[in-house]
Amino acid sequence: MVVADIRHPSGVPWLPVADDRELVERLQAGDETAFVELVRTYQTRLQRLAESVVSSRSVAEEVVQDTWLAVVRGVERFEGRSTLKTWLFHILLNRARSAAGREHRAPPLADDDLGERFDSNGAWANPPVPWADAVEDRLIAQRLASRVRDILPELPEAQRQVLLLRDFEGISASEVCDLLGVSDGNQRVLLHRARVHLRRQLDAEMHS
Amino acid sequence: MRHWFRRRRRAIVCRDAVALMAAYLDGALPEGDRARLEDHLGGCPHCSEYLAQLRVVIDVSGEVTPDDLDDHALDELVDLYRLWRSG
Repeated sequence: MVVADIRHPSGVPWLPVADDRELVERLQAGDETAFVELVRTYQTRLQRLAESVVSSRSVAEEVVQDTWLAVVRGVERFEGRSTLKTWLFHILLNRARSAAGREHRAPPLADDDLGERFDSNGAWANPPVPWADAVEDRLIAQRLASRVRDILPELPEAQRQVLLLRDFEGISASEVCDLLGVSDGNQRVLLHRARVHLRRQLDAEMHS
Repeated sequence: MRHWFRRRRRAIVCRDAVALMAAYLDGALPEGDRARLEDHLGGCPHCSEYLAQLRVVIDVSGEVTPDDLDDHALDELVDLYRLWRSG
């Protein structure tokens, strides 16, 4: 079976929005190659997102499988009001929350903890040591990307979900609020904390 | 004239600058705060570097590749797909 392998230059498979309609039409017509294409593009990304909601890998696998079933059964009704990607993530997150067996309710967050230390005048206690420019080197960028992948499971669930959707998947802030049922302020605080944690780990990596 | 306005604008410290960065990166800062942050960044290499490092985190996260899909998992899903379609 020949399946188009759609990748952008960094090697991440992706589907441009313009191709959604064509792919959806093929899925609606029962084209198996369209299903395979979708699985190739999203399976491990859905798995990663599911693991940020449910506790075990095997439950996450079941959630992803349920998601595919819902996609096959529900694609007739997909109207393209969101992108196919957002629709998939929406189905997955709903199923993952049911599987986790808990009411989804985002706790209110204090936004006064910046995760960094300042002196009594509000100046840096330990100013950042410069390394951002060095990351223009592709090899260093790849090393850091690999480090981010390893650190991801350390992040608290809510932070991980926002980071995956915003920075890994490039989904907009307002769509992420809808997907996760959080306010704009909360998603920003969660995202910032996740980035601050990653920055600290990458800082250590750059000095190792 | 513009210079006069710039001098009148309340200066912010590093702690405030860091607190504004998340909204700044989202393009969600009101004009006044954005101008105050950019004034601060213009004179503070530490905060400029910190913002640059946060941008690296964002860029690098966008480059994390998905895990490889193993053929066995794909075959299993295709079998399920045929079952679902026939059922």
